[in-house]
Amino acid sequence: MTVDLTQVRPGESGIVADIQGGHGMTERVQAMGVRPGKRITKISSHFWRGPQTVQVDNTQVAIGFGMARRILIEVER
Amino acid sequence: MKEINKILLMGNPNVGKSAIFSRLTGAKVVISNYPGTTVEFTQGHVKIDGARPMIIDVPGTYTLEPTSKAEEVAVQMLKEGDFVINIVDATNLERNLYLTLQLIEKGIPLVVALNMWDETKHQGIEIDIKRLEERLGVSIVPTCGLTGEGIRELVARISEARPLKRHLFTERKKWESIGRIVNEVQRLTHHHHTFLQRLEELSIKPVTGLPIAAGVMFCAFLIIRFIGEGLIGYLFEPLFNNIWLPVMTRLSLILGGETFLHHIFIGKLINGGIDFGQSFGLFTTGLFVPIAMVLPYLFSFYLVLGLLEDFGYLPRLAVLLDNLMHRMGLHGYAIIPLILGLGCNVPGALATRLLEGKREKFIAATLMAVAVPCMAQIAMIVGLVGERGGRYLAIVFGTLFLVLIIKGLILNRVMKGPSPEILVEIPPYRIPQPIAVVKKVWMRVFGFLKEALPYVLLGILFVNVLHVLKIIDYLARLFSPLVTNVWGLPKEAISALIIGFLRKDVAVGMLGPLDLTTKQLVIGSTVLAIYFPCIATFAVLVRELGIRDMLKSAAIMIGVALLVGGLLNIIL
Repeated sequence: MTVDLTQVRPGESGIVADIQGGHGMTERVQAMGVRPGKRITKISSHFWRGPQTVQVDNTQVAIGFGMARRILIEVER
Repeated sequence: MKEINKILLMGNPNVGKSAIFSRLTGAKVVISNYPGTTVEFTQGHVKIDGARPMIIDVPGTYTLEPTSKAEEVAVQMLKEGDFVINIVDATNLERNLYLTLQLIEKGIPLVVALNMWDETKHQGIEIDIKRLEERLGVSIVPTCGLTGEGIRELVARISEARPLKRHLFTERKKWESIGRIVNEVQRLTHHHHTFLQRLEELSIKPVTGLPIAAGVMFCAFLIIRFIGEGLIGYLFEPLFNNIWLPVMTRLSLILGGETFLHHIFIGKLINGGIDFGQSFGLFTTGLFVPIAMVLPYLFSFYLVLGLLEDFGYLPRLAVLLDNLMHRMGLHGYAIIPLILGLGCNVPGALATRLLEGKREKFIAATLMAVAVPCMAQIAMIVGLVGERGGRYLAIVFGTLFLVLIIKGLILNRVMKGPSPEILVEIPPYRIPQPIAVVKKVWMRVFGFLKEALPYVLLGILFVNVLHVLKIIDYLARLFSPLVTNVWGLPKEAISALIIGFLRKDVAVGMLGPLDLTTKQLVIGSTVLAIYFPCIATFAVLVRELGIRDMLKSAAIMIGVALLVGGLLNIIL
């Protein structure tokens, strides 16, 4: 099923399905390695709509909550 | 081939550009383990086949479409360079190659330095360099900036490189071809999680990360205090009292008590003798303040900061505090300028370039200038106010902290505009190399001595001249309604406020001889921290914010100083 990045549970992995942001946001997120087709693992999710941290390849990236909501992830549940 | 005049070191943030720059040129630059260490370009020269082209350490960027001032600088530089050394993090090949392809498309001749090559082995990454060279059509040299491996080879390849032009056009196509290249040249083998990786995980999860952050901050504070106090008590004070004092006492006798020269060099005699804290002569207080009071704390602060920077802790702190910072119109990464500002407000002001928008820069810069005293000032406040008791120190710094939070909350409400979200790479933990840390501490401390010491001496000279010419008396009378009625300070305190434009540490020191009550000392120290930045910070802020925003920011500072000083005067 497809969920947004904030709904992926810490420790869970999935494949990036789509990034529904404007051109600027999409490009910045992709430049960090988070782009459609990539496998990501959620590391942590911070309180009160805080940033979401994910592992992609060898990089850990912290993504603000609002941006994370626009990143769709295909997870197996 | 065409002569090379300007070589640019370009690459993603935190891939080790500055380390390679320092290796290539021998120049001393700050190297840390977090994205955004370099926000300004630094230039040096490198020797290639008898020529000495300029080489420029460019701030890191992920793409050639900039999203912050620091990245803008990077893209601007590209227009001026005629050769690029593209530094690529070998442990993050795929992500790094995007910029490489963009650079190749630009048709600028380049060599790729496959940096952090040593780390690939630990991480089970194998890269077929020959194959990668063929696929990209450029020379590739594996390097390790910290040890210097591969640097000579890199220089040798510069003169061989030819420009090539390849068109891939769309972003999608670029990522597709990167995917194919990486699949072909890179092999990953499984490796076990190391202790550091487990620690990485613990410090980024909120449940364990927040207590760890509190622990780290508390330990940092303890260590800074322990080393700072130790150096003062066991090294610098004995040195001044046992060795320098006899020399100065003799000089004082030679110059005679009330002469002009005595006034300038020795200053006033307190109870018939020299008091390094209060005499205010060039050779007495002028040397004692920067060397025996400020330097020890500056050293211990930069030592601890250097360790945290090189370990890679700062970005994690930024993520953990992101929520809190959003209430103040900033995102978590804005703690980087604030933390650097604790050392000296000048690099702090420069680091606001890491932030995306004008609004964020304004808020961060104004908050820093008002509520983040630099270490020189902190050391003086600790020395002066600390004598009256620890709880008074708590009042000064507690007030500044409250000002930071409340002002942030207000600015966030008042200022229109969007508040960008955090998007930052979190570097792996690395064990700091002692030599690298020592080098960095030395650079920063030496920088203080070189740039601050002359201003300290100038400030003290200035005070004495103003005193001799009775200008201070005139100004004191002019401003006494403000200084006395609002803040409850003696009118002579205006002299400290004037010198505060030049150096904040000297200004705090000037409160010493005024015989203030504890309440007055607390108010004086707090107001001096808030009312205006020192001239060096002011100059950088004008450049970074523009004159109009800086005037706005200055108005806020003065307003807050009046308000907070006045409130303290009523409450205490």
